[in-house]
Amino acid sequence: MSVQGRDDEETNERMSSEPVTQLGEQARAEMLEIVARYPEAQSALLPMLHLVQAYEGYVTPAGIEMCAEVLGITEAEVAAVATFYTMYKRRPVGEYHVGVCTNTLCAIMGGDRIWEDLSGHLGIGHDETTEDGKISLERVECNAACDFAPVMVVNWEFADNQTPESARELVDRLRGGEQVSSTRGPRVCSWKQAERILAGFGDDAADEGVQAGPASLVGRELADERGWTAPQGGQQAIEGRGEKK
Amino acid sequence: MTLTPVLTERWNQPDSYTRRGYERGGGYKALRKALQRAPGDLVEAVKDSGLRGRGGAGFPTGMKWGFIPSQDPASAKPVYLVVNADESEPGTCKDIPLMMADPHLLLEGVIISSYAIGAHKAFIYVRGEVLHVYRRLMKAVEEAYEAGYLGSDILGSGFDLDVVVHAGAGAYICGEETALLDSLEGRRGQPRLKPPFPAVAGLYASPTVINNVETIASVPAIVDNGVDWFRSMGTEKSPGFGIFSLSGHVANPGQYEAPLGITLRELLELAGGMRPGRELKFWTPGGSSTPMLTADHLDVPLDFEGMAGVGTMLGTRALQIFDDSTCVVRATSRWVDFYKHESCGKCTPCREGFWWMVQIFERLEKGEGTEADLDKLLDMSDNIAGRSFCALADGGVAPVTSSITYFRDEYIAHFENGGCPFDPEASTLFASEKVSATR
Repeated sequence: MSVQGRDDEETNERMSSEPVTQLGEQARAEMLEIVARYPEAQSALLPMLHLVQAYEGYVTPAGIEMCAEVLGITEAEVAAVATFYTMYKRRPVGEYHVGVCTNTLCAIMGGDRIWEDLSGHLGIGHDETTEDGKISLERVECNAACDFAPVMVVNWEFADNQTPESARELVDRLRGGEQVSSTRGPRVCSWKQAERILAGFGDDAADEGVQAGPASLVGRELADERGWTAPQGGQQAIEGRGEKK
Repeated sequence: MTLTPVLTERWNQPDSYTRRGYERGGGYKALRKALQRAPGDLVEAVKDSGLRGRGGAGFPTGMKWGFIPSQDPASAKPVYLVVNADESEPGTCKDIPLMMADPHLLLEGVIISSYAIGAHKAFIYVRGEVLHVYRRLMKAVEEAYEAGYLGSDILGSGFDLDVVVHAGAGAYICGEETALLDSLEGRRGQPRLKPPFPAVAGLYASPTVINNVETIASVPAIVDNGVDWFRSMGTEKSPGFGIFSLSGHVANPGQYEAPLGITLRELLELAGGMRPGRELKFWTPGGSSTPMLTADHLDVPLDFEGMAGVGTMLGTRALQIFDDSTCVVRATSRWVDFYKHESCGKCTPCREGFWWMVQIFERLEKGEGTEADLDKLLDMSDNIAGRSFCALADGGVAPVTSSITYFRDEYIAHFENGGCPFDPEASTLFASEKVSATR
């Protein structure tokens, strides 16, 4: 498989010395901040592993060591948790991690075609990263946006209603360094920034993007169009429910 | 039957997710009313309303709350409320838009529900793969603290509550309530043996109520408008409203909030019918774990009893709708892949069973299977369902057994044809776009 591009010199250096880690005193202090949110310390482990990925890009041995040390549990216990959940990566992913939903509904609506096309276009398969380190691909399970099928996600932001063409254009723009926005959410940030947010260290983008996408609103707008509302409080329903009681 | 927007009422306002937008529509009014009442009254009101869990199982919410034991104040353990926002059942897509458009509705429900059950700490466990939803929830919690809806002495009532929004990390099984608790405790998300039930020994072995997002979000309206109002919608045993999520080969997929008991025929009319030139073939009433139905079931009421009456479940009202271009073997095969992938590995029948089923389905799809394989699948289903700790096993065999029941001939056609008789291209959305583009 392809791996993130590094020149040989750097690779040799990495192999011959202790692994370089980005985790230092700041990360440790942030981990303690996470621990403080919970009545029992180990509850902090999932967000702490997100934080490890925010610094390292994936769950590194150094990250496992630091989590174990902060929580006072064994590295084996941390590794057992880290390997259970699909969002924790065991090797570097791209700056933009692209998920294509290939669960039944999206697959049938076009997800399988999008996957094949995108995989061919980028020359990488499931859980692989392009040579330039920009894009990695994953076949994801249902992401709770079936009314927007076929669905993709980029660093866990929705890219709704995709076609093979729109999917290819999306990754090309990301590779070209263009600013890309989610169809419902904000500007797509980097993988590491996204992981930082999931650790509970938010950015200021909550107000970006729409409040609801078009499919979320079809029923609401139809009700408006036809003058339908729920019954007024404290009154009986006006129509229709008697016969089923 | 008409649509009844309650939970979705504010979704079409551009600032619906802000505190200001929420309060403008009457938000946090129910909280003020609730804090004037005794907690026990609120539990009774939710019991009387007949609200049933909206996360799939349909357990009566008030009864669940009532299971929290009364404790001796001297040795009392803390009580926790945990919101299950790990929406990941294939087809289910209602809680994510709710939390994105109206996170304060969920929060108001959390505060009222916590007050009712005596919890001073609540957790919202949201799946990790929805970054913007997590942002909106975090912001809403921050705004609620600023306004005095969270923290100590909420609105001068003397009631204290802290809320933590917790991101999961990708595991379907964590939608199962006891697996969710293990995950929230920082472990692998694997289900626990019940009893003890979470109401007695839940999070940190303390009394815990776990409710789905939509369930908790229904509470403010019940407090505000009363039990009779709630029961004026829906049916006697399935009262109230719910979000019906239509996806697949329908003209206008999306979220439709209606009284329970509405039928697919009615919903399809609202959604503009099937895509042009195609007919309904099969559909799931409440996600892939609920046995599929066909065009023969268009008029069965979508409530707990109606669905049980035709051998399936209402589930999460996740109506995945497939037309006659779709191969049911391919659809089922992909669902089985999902259950294999998501089995937590704790129980042998589920861990091994779905792994073997995937091999059989690969053969079937290639047209290399035999009728004996179908009997084997049914036999395996019998040995997986009911023989594992949690309902993932039961859910996983649902598409297998129901598709063989309704479409045995289509399985056989794969053997006779030496492969799949369907063109996968025809069931894509691009195919219909090409058709309409050439018109």
